[in-house]
Amino acid sequence: MKRLVAGVVVLFAIACLTYALLYFSSANIARNILGEYATQEQLDAKSAELGLDQPLIARFFGWLGQAVTGDLGHSWFTGQSVAGALITRLPVTLALIVSAILVIAIIATLLGMAAAVKRGWIDRVVQTAAVVGDAIPGFVLAIVLVTVLAIQLKLFPATSSISPDSPSSAWTASLTLPVIALVINGVTGAAQQVRSAVIKQLEKDYVRTLRSRGINERVILFKHVLRSAAPAGLTVLSLQFIGMLGGVVIIEQIFALPGMGALAVSSTTLGDIPLVMGVVLYTVVIVIIVNLLVDLANGWLNPKVRVS
Amino acid sequence: MTLPITSSIPTGQSGVVVRANTLKRILTNPMGIIAVVILTVMVVVAIFADVIAPFEENFANIAKTLAAPDAVNLLGTDSAGRDTFSRLVFGTRITLLSAILCAAVAIAIGLPAGLIGGYYAGKFDSVANWVTNVLMALPGIIVLLTIRAAFGPSVWVSMIAFGILISPGYFRLTRTAVRSVRNELYVDAARVSGLSDTRIIARHIFSVVRAPIIIQTAMVCGVAISIQSGLEFLGLGDPTTATWGVMLSEGFKNVYLTPTLLLWPGLAIGLAIGALVLLGNAVRDALEDAETIKPVKKSVEAVAVARASKENRKTPAAVLAGTEHHLLRVANLGVGYPQADGSVKKVVDDVSFHVDRGEVLGIVGESGSGKSQTAFSILGLLPDNARIVAGSIQFDGKYTVAPGDDTVVQGRLTPLRGARISYIPQEPMSNLDPAFTIGSQLVAPMVAVLGISKKEAKARALKLLADVGIVTPARTFAAYPHEVSGGMAQRVLIAGAISCEPDLIIADEPTTALDVTVQAEVLDLLRDLQQRLGVGVILVTHNFGVVADLCDRVVVMKNGRLVEEGPVRDILRTPRDPYTITLLSSMLEDKEPMTMLVSRAEGSVSS
Repeated sequence: MKRLVAGVVVLFAIACLTYALLYFSSANIARNILGEYATQEQLDAKSAELGLDQPLIARFFGWLGQAVTGDLGHSWFTGQSVAGALITRLPVTLALIVSAILVIAIIATLLGMAAAVKRGWIDRVVQTAAVVGDAIPGFVLAIVLVTVLAIQLKLFPATSSISPDSPSSAWTASLTLPVIALVINGVTGAAQQVRSAVIKQLEKDYVRTLRSRGINERVILFKHVLRSAAPAGLTVLSLQFIGMLGGVVIIEQIFALPGMGALAVSSTTLGDIPLVMGVVLYTVVIVIIVNLLVDLANGWLNPKVRVS
Repeated sequence: MTLPITSSIPTGQSGVVVRANTLKRILTNPMGIIAVVILTVMVVVAIFADVIAPFEENFANIAKTLAAPDAVNLLGTDSAGRDTFSRLVFGTRITLLSAILCAAVAIAIGLPAGLIGGYYAGKFDSVANWVTNVLMALPGIIVLLTIRAAFGPSVWVSMIAFGILISPGYFRLTRTAVRSVRNELYVDAARVSGLSDTRIIARHIFSVVRAPIIIQTAMVCGVAISIQSGLEFLGLGDPTTATWGVMLSEGFKNVYLTPTLLLWPGLAIGLAIGALVLLGNAVRDALEDAETIKPVKKSVEAVAVARASKENRKTPAAVLAGTEHHLLRVANLGVGYPQADGSVKKVVDDVSFHVDRGEVLGIVGESGSGKSQTAFSILGLLPDNARIVAGSIQFDGKYTVAPGDDTVVQGRLTPLRGARISYIPQEPMSNLDPAFTIGSQLVAPMVAVLGISKKEAKARALKLLADVGIVTPARTFAAYPHEVSGGMAQRVLIAGAISCEPDLIIADEPTTALDVTVQAEVLDLLRDLQQRLGVGVILVTHNFGVVADLCDRVVVMKNGRLVEEGPVRDILRTPRDPYTITLLSSMLEDKEPMTMLVSRAEGSVSS
C-alpha cells in the first residue's frame, strides 16, 4: 500500500517533468500540423483548439484532469485516440520484453547455478561470457543479426506488421530474432549475478547443516539455495526489464516492429504531446508494476520481509 | 542499454584504495593491455583527426556514391559520396568527447551528492534518494527523445541530459562507500583530532571511493557511446556532424546495396565500448587480485595419488585389525589448504583419537587450533578447497577416509550423514534456512533418511520438540527461524540432530553463541539426551567447564596438533602439557571454582 502511494507520487512527478520538457517543443506545433502554407488565422485557430494559447500550468492540469479519468486524449496529428493507439502497440512491446526476460531467467539460472556448483571450465566460460556480453552493445548485435540472418540468409522476416489479431505463427516469426538479440545481450550479466548469489548461499552455515542432516544435494540446491538466491536474480531481471523498455525503442526500429518504441520515436519527433505523454505514462506504470511484482515475489521468497 | 549500472561494481566497502602497482597489474592483464591499446589509438586518432583524415567530414563527391574501397577512398564512400574513412576518423573525436562529457556531468552531480548524503545523512540524503528513485524509474531513451524534440538534435545536449539521468549510479556508489567508512575508527580519530569535515572527506573518504568511481566511469562511457549511437541510429542525430551512429543509420538505409557501410561504424562502436568495459574489468581485477588464489597446477605425483585414490573409492581397504570395535577412529589425520605459492597450509596435523559407543569425547582448544576442521573432516563437510593430506578416518569399522585419499569421498559419507552421524552447529540462527518453517526443516530429513511419511515425520517432529524442552511444540513447528529466540533455535537444531537416531553426534561449540543462562539449560539437555539415547558424542569446545560437565575423555589441540589426551578427571587433576595447564589456569580465573567442576565430572563418569 505504501509502495502504491509512492508509485503514484513518482508517476505524478514524472508526468510534470515530461510535460514541462515537452512545452519547449510545442512552439511550432500548429505549423507542423497544418503545413507550410497555413495562414496566421488558421494557425491561431488550431493553437486555440489544442489549448496551446493557455499557460503551461493550466494546460497541464487540464491534461491531468482528463488523464485521471482515464482519457488520454487524441493524437494531434492523426486524431486517433491515444489509448487506442497504445493498446495496439503495447502487446508487441510487452510480448517482446516478457519473452526475452523469461528466456533470460531460465538460461541465466541454469548457467549461473552450473557455474557456481561445478566451477571449473563452465565457470570460466560464464565469467568470460559476462565480460564479452557487457562489451558488445545490444543494438549493434541486433543490426548484425538482422543483416546476416534476415537480409542475407532470409531465415527470418526483416520487417513485420503484426497486430494483436495476427496469427501466432506471424508473432513467432517476427519476434524470434529481436528476442534473441535481447537475450544474448542480457543473459550473460544475469547468469553472472545468479552465480555470485548462489556461491554466497552455498557458503552459508545452514547449507552445511542441511548436508549434515542427510538431505540430497540436489534438493539443497533447487529447494533451499535457489530460493535464497532468487531475490538477487529477480532484482537483476527487473533492472533488465526496465532497461529493455528503453532499449526496445532501438530494437523495434532495427527489426521494424510496430511496438511502443516506434510510436515513441515518431510522436516525439513530431511533438505530438498527447501521444508522448501516453507513452511515458504507460512506460512508468509498467516500471512501477514490475517493481511491485518483484517486491511481492521477494516477500513470498523471504518470510522475514513478509512479516515486517 | 541493458547494462547493469551499479550491480557488478565493488562499492569499496572493504576500503580498497588504488595503489601504484594497480597500474602495473592492469598492464600485465591481457584484457587490460588490449583495452589500453585500443583506447590510446582512439584518443590519438581523435586528437589528430584533421591530420589523419584525407577529406573534410562532409566533403561529398556526388559522382562517386556507394563506391567500393580504392586508393583514394580507403573504405569506400557512402550514398552522398562522402569518404567513409574520414568520417570514421572525425566520428572518433565526437564520440569520445561526448562520452567524456556525459561521464563528467554524471560525476559532477553524483559524486558530491553521494559524499554529502553519505557523510551527513539527514534531510539532504533522503531528498537525494527520492530524486534518485525518480530518475531511475524514468525510461531513459524516451526522456532523451523528448529532450531532442525540445532542444534540437545536438549530441552535446543529449549527452548532458544522459549524464544527469545516469548520475544516480555515482550517487549510490559514493553514498554506500562513504556510509561504510564514515563510522570507521580512523575517521573518528581524524574527527577527534580536530580535522574539519571538508578535510576528512577530501583525505580519508575520497580515497575510498576513488577506485569504484574509476570502474564506474569506464562503464558509463561505454553506455554513453552506446546510447548516443543508438539515438543517432534512429535518425535523431545531427545529420551535419559525422558520428558513428549517423554513419550506422546511413549504412542501415543502404543495407541492401552496400552492407559494408554498416561494418565500419559498427566495428568502431563495438571496439570502443568493448575496450571501455574490458578496462573497467581489468581495473576491478587488479584491485581484487591481491585476494584471489590462483589454482595450483597438479604435479605428476599429485595426479598419480589422485588416480590411486579414485580407484580406492570403489573398494576401500579393510580397516586395521583390532580397531573395528571403535565407533569412530581418526588416525594421523592431516588437513590442509593449497596456497597461492603451491605449498599446502596445514590446519590439522597428525591427529589421532577414537570414540566408542555411548562415550562423550571433548575436543578442546583455542579458536584456530583445528578442532572444527577435524570435526568437519569426520562429517565430510570440509570446504571444497580443503585437502586431506594424511591419515584416515573410519566409522563403525569402515573407512570414510582411507589412507591415501586426498579428499573425503562423498559417496561413502552420504549414507551416513543424518542417519548415523549428525551435527549440532555453533551459531543457531544462521544454521536454519530462514526461508522455511522450522517444522519443514525437521520433517524433510526424516522423510529422506528414515523413509517415513510426512505425517509420521510431523508427529515425530512434534514429539522431538517436546523432548528438547520446547513448551509449545506446535507453535514452534509452524514458526519461521527468525520468529524464535537463539536458545530455542539451538534446541530445534538439537532436535534435528537426534531426529534420525544417529550413533554419533558431533556438537561444534553448541553453547558458545548462547546467553549464559541458556547455556546451562542446553548443556543439561545434551547430557540428558546423551544418557537417554546412549549415543557417542564429540563435543568441540574451548571451554573446560563444558568438558568437565559432560565429557568422559578429552583431547587437547593446539595449532592443529594434539597435545594431550586422556580421561577428563586425569587431565583436570594432573595436566601434563604446559598448554593444557595454561588453558586450565585461565579457567580458574572464571567464575566457577575448580573443585565443583571436578566433582561434577566425577559424577558423570561414574554414571
